[in-house]
Amino acid sequence: MTVRPLTRPAAATAPHEIHARLAGVTRTYGAVGGRGGVHALGPVDIALRRGEFYSVIGPSGCGKSTLLDVLSGLSRPSAGTIVFEGRPVDGAVPDGVGVVFQEDASFPWMTVRDNIGFGLRENGVDAAEIGRRVDAALALMGLRDFAAAYPPQLSGGMRQRVCIARTLVMQPRLILLDEPFGALDAQTRLIMGDELLRVWRETGATVMLITHALDEAAMLSDRIGVMSARPGRILAEIETGWPRERDSRIAADPGFGAVTSRLWGLLREESLRAIGAQAPAGADRA
Amino acid sequence: MSRAGLVRTAIVVAAVAALELAARGGLLRAGVAVPPSEVAAKLWSILRAGDANADLAETLGNVALACGLALVAGFSLGAVVHGLPRLRRALDPFLASYYALPFFAFYPVLIVVLGIGRLPIVAIGFMFAVVAMMVATLNGFDRIPRALPRTARVWRMGPVRTALKIKLPSAAPHLFTGIKLAVAYAFIGVIAAEFIMATSGLGYAIAYAFNNYDNRTMYALMLLLLGIVVVVNGVLHGAEQRLLARRRAR
Repeated sequence: MTVRPLTRPAAATAPHEIHARLAGVTRTYGAVGGRGGVHALGPVDIALRRGEFYSVIGPSGCGKSTLLDVLSGLSRPSAGTIVFEGRPVDGAVPDGVGVVFQEDASFPWMTVRDNIGFGLRENGVDAAEIGRRVDAALALMGLRDFAAAYPPQLSGGMRQRVCIARTLVMQPRLILLDEPFGALDAQTRLIMGDELLRVWRETGATVMLITHALDEAAMLSDRIGVMSARPGRILAEIETGWPRERDSRIAADPGFGAVTSRLWGLLREESLRAIGAQAPAGADRA
Repeated sequence: MSRAGLVRTAIVVAAVAALELAARGGLLRAGVAVPPSEVAAKLWSILRAGDANADLAETLGNVALACGLALVAGFSLGAVVHGLPRLRRALDPFLASYYALPFFAFYPVLIVVLGIGRLPIVAIGFMFAVVAMMVATLNGFDRIPRALPRTARVWRMGPVRTALKIKLPSAAPHLFTGIKLAVAYAFIGVIAAEFIMATSGLGYAIAYAFNNYDNRTMYALMLLLLGIVVVVNGVLHGAEQRLLARRRAR
């Protein structure tokens, strides 16, 4: 896919401006009177730089999705603070944050066009502006020919495109994605990854991607936060050093193998712990 | 018409023709069966004379009242119980076994409590229909994908707008199933109640004709009832198809 590169002078002048920050964030579930709770996350400290593509990778059940929930404001942390663009995030999703879920969140009773414009209508944007933004998103996500279709008539990959387009029209400055390609086949994932990179470059948004796929994280990210088994903490942050102009063919780069093997080096033990720890954790609660 | 549709029509035509021949040829006693052509002719004369109008209006009124109340109450109860998981867990066995109850056995109680007349009949129709709607509402709300209300929160939609614009349309197919069931159950409940404890209405008129050996009228009224139910269900089915057409994969 050939795309005209979009250079962003702002990023060049302030390469390390902090866009969102989690400090000492923990999340505990179901703790009634301090007993029987599950310590799901943290403490976690992450500083997202404005305009970067940051992935969080970790073993299953490590609290990756919980991390996204608290960062987006969908749920409150048990302790710690979250700041987005200088303002604290506390129990509500701030303006400027978009979220794409793993599950298909498209509305089956609306056309693709209406799906994409729904959030804008709900937020009182005027019709002409909605039309412009929806048209742009349809074009960007390759959905122009499907504008009048209903989501059940589309493949899983196309439905996830609808959900991404629906997030993009809100012009988020921080896009959070919770394993958005988890339900898709391997080839579609690669294609969608490239499209996500293109969207990231063209919008200039900060992206945080939650994933369990090593190659996905290595391929897409500027930085990768590696999480431990539950309760998830950040074990290490790896800089990939990829150029901004990149796509899935970066997998052929000699440095790619180094990144994935480093990730696996950190994750292997944690994944084993995550698998092995499940039975004793259940026994503890009983 | 599709092949299946042709076969279906052929079965109905053949069954009616067989009944006609059996009744006319003396295979069935005159006291048992009346040829369908004569039943249709009788129904036509009843309708022209307007003899069944009052009973028909009463029955349809009872069904509409029972069904309407059941839809409102069933949906409201379903919505409330869905929001109270503990109450729901406590109620689940009752809901699951509700239709195992032979309601009609309690008709004397209904008469004692509600008196003779419209009330106990509507009550039976209502009792028959309400839980179907409630269970359908619970099912519908259960099957709203979690990501949908979460998406609404990302857009900072309030609880009322989320309920009206996202939860309700998402649950709509299940709610429609509930409506269809409630209509069918309300008909069954009202007609059956009219058989045993009414002094008017279509159910009563059928029972009255039966008790007076008036087979022709009895069959004609049955045909009338059948026709009404077929039309009502046809309309509902058509509406459901329109609702679902877009939600199905091509």
